[in-house]
Amino acid sequence: MDGVGFLPINYRWVLIIAVLVHLICLFWGKYSSLNVQSYFNLQNPYWQTIIVRPVQRGQEIKLDTKNITGPISTGDDSASRQQLQPGQTLVDRYNIQAVIGIGGMGSVYRARDLHFPNVVKLVAVKEMINLAPDPLIRQTIVQNFEREANLLATLDHASIPRIYDYFSVDNKSYLVLEFVHGKDLEAVINDTPGFLPEHQIINWAIQLCDVLSFLHAHKPDPIIFRDMKPSNVMIDHNGDVILVDFGIAKTFQTGQKGTMIGTEGYSPPEQYRGEATQLADIYSLGATLHHALTRRDPRLEPPFSFAERPVRRINAAVSSEFEAVINTSLMYNPAERFPSTDAMKDALMAVARKTGALSRIAPAMTAKINAIKPLWSFKCEDEIRGSALLYQGAIYIGCYDNNLYALSAADGEFQWKYPTDGGIVSRPAVYDGNLFFGSEDQRLHVVSTRSGKVVWTYFTEGKIRSSPRIAEGHAFIGSDDQTLHAVNLNSGRASWKFVTDDPIHSTPHVANELVYVGTEGGMMHAIDFRGGLKWRFQAKRAITSSPITNKQALFFASVDGTLYALDAKNGWAIWRFRLDKGSVSSPALAEEFLFIGAADGCIYCVDVRSSKEIWRFRTDNQVSSSPTIYKDSLYCGSVDGFLYCLEYRSGRLRWKFQSEGPITGSPLVFDDIVYIGSADHQVYALFA
Amino acid sequence: MDILRKLFPKPRRSTPASAEASVTAPLTDQQISAIMKDTSSHFEMKQLVVGAGQSIGKQREHNEDSLLALTSTISGNSGNVPFGLYIVADGMGGHQYGEVASNAAVRIMAGFILRKLHAYLYSVPSQPMQESLQEVIQSSVVEAHRFVQSEAPGGGTTVTAALVLGEQITLAHVGDSRAYSIYPDGRVEPITRDHSLVKRLEELGHLNRDEAANFPHRNVLIRAVGQGDVIEPDVVTIPFPQPGYLMICSDGLWGVVNDKDIYRAVADAHSLPRACQNLVEAANAAGGPDNISVVLVQLIG
Repeated sequence: MDGVGFLPINYRWVLIIAVLVHLICLFWGKYSSLNVQSYFNLQNPYWQTIIVRPVQRGQEIKLDTKNITGPISTGDDSASRQQLQPGQTLVDRYNIQAVIGIGGMGSVYRARDLHFPNVVKLVAVKEMINLAPDPLIRQTIVQNFEREANLLATLDHASIPRIYDYFSVDNKSYLVLEFVHGKDLEAVINDTPGFLPEHQIINWAIQLCDVLSFLHAHKPDPIIFRDMKPSNVMIDHNGDVILVDFGIAKTFQTGQKGTMIGTEGYSPPEQYRGEATQLADIYSLGATLHHALTRRDPRLEPPFSFAERPVRRINAAVSSEFEAVINTSLMYNPAERFPSTDAMKDALMAVARKTGALSRIAPAMTAKINAIKPLWSFKCEDEIRGSALLYQGAIYIGCYDNNLYALSAADGEFQWKYPTDGGIVSRPAVYDGNLFFGSEDQRLHVVSTRSGKVVWTYFTEGKIRSSPRIAEGHAFIGSDDQTLHAVNLNSGRASWKFVTDDPIHSTPHVANELVYVGTEGGMMHAIDFRGGLKWRFQAKRAITSSPITNKQALFFASVDGTLYALDAKNGWAIWRFRLDKGSVSSPALAEEFLFIGAADGCIYCVDVRSSKEIWRFRTDNQVSSSPTIYKDSLYCGSVDGFLYCLEYRSGRLRWKFQSEGPITGSPLVFDDIVYIGSADHQVYALFA
Repeated sequence: MDILRKLFPKPRRSTPASAEASVTAPLTDQQISAIMKDTSSHFEMKQLVVGAGQSIGKQREHNEDSLLALTSTISGNSGNVPFGLYIVADGMGGHQYGEVASNAAVRIMAGFILRKLHAYLYSVPSQPMQESLQEVIQSSVVEAHRFVQSEAPGGGTTVTAALVLGEQITLAHVGDSRAYSIYPDGRVEPITRDHSLVKRLEELGHLNRDEAANFPHRNVLIRAVGQGDVIEPDVVTIPFPQPGYLMICSDGLWGVVNDKDIYRAVADAHSLPRACQNLVEAANAAGGPDNISVVLVQLIG
């Protein structure tokens, strides 16, 4: 991913400079600024007496520099000789699609993760070829790589790519990262005719200050990025910055002392003395901004000559305030620069406010929201509170106007509607070409998807708000008549009924040969296939939320403000997680994460094993909608009228779409398209 | 690091050609027969079986380790509830109250947990309780922490406790005793993460594995029951390894016997108490520098 910057430049000598640049970095073992004692300087006398011997990188082992670097300087042929070919699969999992960059130590590939067979999940695979001839050195190199990968895996920030995996195969190590759609800042500068607008660069500069502050504030020890330059800054498809290349390649060159040649135009003078503090990152950020504003590549200029070519002499459109910020960050003496990236950000914000760049940044973001145009929309005659089903190219959704609609998934064209005598607030189910859904007219309706005509109906004695669950030749559905009905799919008659004490709005879930269903009285029931009670669990208030299971546990929320994990086999509570308010939303699972909305307006992400909160995302009104996970995104509606798309691992907002009314149904995502109904009477199809 | 290793197991070494050809990881005959052997012994009723072992070691004068193993089986028309509580605690070396702390911790925790569960397990009619297992075990650690602070001031202890109910293990963990899942195919996977200085440095990338192995302060804990104002145990719930074993042990075992030998000692024994004795002997054979405690649990049926 980060090797992309090398791509547009075809000249071989530039590649050689790049290699030299990497070599220079050797000197600075990344964490030399550690204060190891600081983090166990707790109140406990037990470990205050300990002296930790400093761990100096690259000193224990003398590497045979020539043997390692030899093939690199002729990098392109050795790398290409070993380069993976498209179609090759790594560790039975990562199917290589293309080379997206060539770095100093190997290539960067775009690959597809085959663990997600039904969707195309793209990842960036960064390769490091380990050419050390000595097995001990080779092993040390791999260990260094793994230690770096471990540290990176703990960094959670919107502007830092996620690490998914790392592994070593033969003489190569691989790091699997988030694939960033976009291009690097160097390519952006080179591909833009003329100068980039100031407000754009201020916006990026503020984001870069944010991510550097995050790294500098890392506990227990600050992380110094050391390698800020345009080719290490990706601009993604939303126009946001992502910082790439955290020096994994550099750890491969541990111990190559004395190979310091060349000039790295973005590094501050003190880095050549082996010092690196956060002030070094400030200088490099200044150099990066200077390059972006002037289009003058500092690698082609004499070292530390920024003062000789002030920004405004080359690009007069830049404000003098912005130029002053850049000059301060580029001071030769570190003490004269901004004391921290936070201070630099404050200065940039002040410039942005003064020049009006800030107001231009804000509308740009609203424009992004409004820019999301539905693929199609379809208007019904009343509110849509339920959720859609997709079956053979058609969308089926119920409406409060008593009709069930069949629409073409491709263009939203009306196909047929089927009238009932009550509102439809649930999600239909499909079996053998027939749709199953309940209505407030107390009936379970079975309708042919082909003709839209009724096949049979089943009467309960109360309104139906629960969605049907089809399993084991039966449709299981709850009703306001306080009964769970097990309806035989062939005969249309009840095989058995399980009577509870309260209306059932929750949708039954079938797993472990049990049917799980919650009631408005707060009781969770586990019922076997003969209709006998296996166990039950009492929550303090209504369980409207529909339960789900993984191998271990049954998960659901209650209006009592708790998210529950029960042992699915015997009903013992494994953990309880406090939400700020009650919830009628149904949880969704992905990996080890559980997601749910609540009336406090938040969408929560909770660790399944430890019940620790991973993140929460705040919307402007209660979240009754249930989250849907698709690829690496979470989709969920809110009563504030928006459909939100979040990155599910971080909770970061990707986009939101505003409908004209509350969204209480749950999104359906298929083939990169989201289908959602709103209380504004409309069904929308949006690009995921 | 261990957790990451677990999440991203090292891939098999393979040539690119075979990597392309095969999709599913093939098992060796040995692995297959090991798995088959274990599944062939069939028990109709789910139950926990346990073994335990302890030794003062070869170089210490006091035993500062404590362990507790409690297994209960209830089966009948109200269902089948295997229940077990297994705790290993290692009193902090050099503290005069080390042995008091570990002993108190296992008893206080077990008493607390049993009082909470008693009404639900050992009375009729039985029904699931409201408080969650994670809350109960978490509170039991806090209770032990308070007790050690008031009754053995200055003392500290590790605690690794497994509450097994049905087919789930709820673990509470503080310090550098460890819980492992051991599988019939030879995998010995740590479930817990040490709260030790050396582990912390390793995770932060200050030490590589060789440096960590030779680190002079390997026994320094950064979290212990009885130490500090607040205690925050790691609490997780995971499925019981089936087929396989749950093992809890003090650093007197894992510090000197490697994973391979641990597996060997368990696989070669005909019973769990024998396996525990084998493990203790292996640790003593390796010098026995510290007290050794081990509990092995299997869920059969």
